[in-house]
Amino acid sequence: MPAASRPIYNTLFRKNFVFLGVVFASAFAFEMTYDNAMDKLWDRFNKGRQWKDIRAKYVKTEEDEE
Amino acid sequence: MLARSCLRSTRAVGAARNGVVNATKRAASSSSSSTANASSPFGLNLAGSAATAVAVGSMTWYYHLYGPELHAMTPAEEGLHPTKYPWEHIKWNKTYDHQALRRGFQVYQEVCASCHSLSRIPYRTLVGVTHTVDEAKVMAEENEYDSDPNDEGEIEKRPGKLSDYLPAPYKNDEAARAANNGALPPDLSLIVKARHGGCDYIFSLLTGYPEEPPAGAAVPDGLNFNPYFPGTGIAMARVLYNELVEYEDGTPASTSQMAKDVVEFLNWSAEPEMDQRKKMGMKVLVISTALFALSVWVKRYKWSPIKTRKLTYTSPTGGRRPGRH
Repeated sequence: MPAASRPIYNTLFRKNFVFLGVVFASAFAFEMTYDNAMDKLWDRFNKGRQWKDIRAKYVKTEEDEE
Repeated sequence: MLARSCLRSTRAVGAARNGVVNATKRAASSSSSSTANASSPFGLNLAGSAATAVAVGSMTWYYHLYGPELHAMTPAEEGLHPTKYPWEHIKWNKTYDHQALRRGFQVYQEVCASCHSLSRIPYRTLVGVTHTVDEAKVMAEENEYDSDPNDEGEIEKRPGKLSDYLPAPYKNDEAARAANNGALPPDLSLIVKARHGGCDYIFSLLTGYPEEPPAGAAVPDGLNFNPYFPGTGIAMARVLYNELVEYEDGTPASTSQMAKDVVEFLNWSAEPEMDQRKKMGMKVLVISTALFALSVWVKRYKWSPIKTRKLTYTSPTGGRRPGRH
């Protein structure tokens, strides 16, 4: 094993419960970042088409209801 | 079978002509030996031609019986095929245009709803799609619905709630037929899925009424001519005319604009999950592409020793050993 990867092995893979924790944590982190990135991309594809883009026109705020 | 026995008989004739008479061979081909003597080149040609004619004829007959597609109706009865329009919301990475959905709902409410029900759509589904919660509540409250039985068991009327479904114009199908000259206006909730051609068909139908039926077209009493409608006689008259509704967002309400908006709205009512489905589909495609690329790389990585190894063979008896010069 190259010397550079030794610390990674020691901190992440050496103990099973640490390894398991790393798997779960990274799954959550990946899911969140991936979903965020994809939602951004989706919103760019559909700029101006979705409800959230036109919602502001129809939502009545406190001032409007006077 | 016939052709094969003919071939065999020519062989028998040739053998006889050469004077080489083999008793056992003669016995083996005895089944055709009776016709062998009578066969001449003309007879053989005739037999071959007849066999071919029978084969081709039987295939033609079979195709005639079972080959061609059956059409129960004439093209006029099928209706004109609708034009393919480049719907933006059909594309794989596009949502509905919710501004158009809102306009389409307005068209439905002001025009279609007087005859057509939309029975699978409750007011709550409009929230966050075409209207805000407050707007949807106000619209629901404009209608009356049966309440639960009160203490005396009487059923009273109550204003609508978000969970109530859009009210139907007629009490039941019979009432709808009676009011429409015997024709039942179909429920529009799933109409885009329920008709061949979907959006294209409905758009063509709504905008395809000619000024007057073409010469020679038979239009029964009480029906209107529309080439896109199967049978061309449709009970619904043309309903969309320019400036029929006044859009609140200022869009010019041309016939085609209204038809386009209401078709998109009806597509939403048939497939309200489409926005979410396409977004999830994109995520799935992206991640499975990445995983597929990864699996290809792993396969190549694991196979590389096997693919690049070199096998050498050292003969046990003599021969040069590899590596020695």
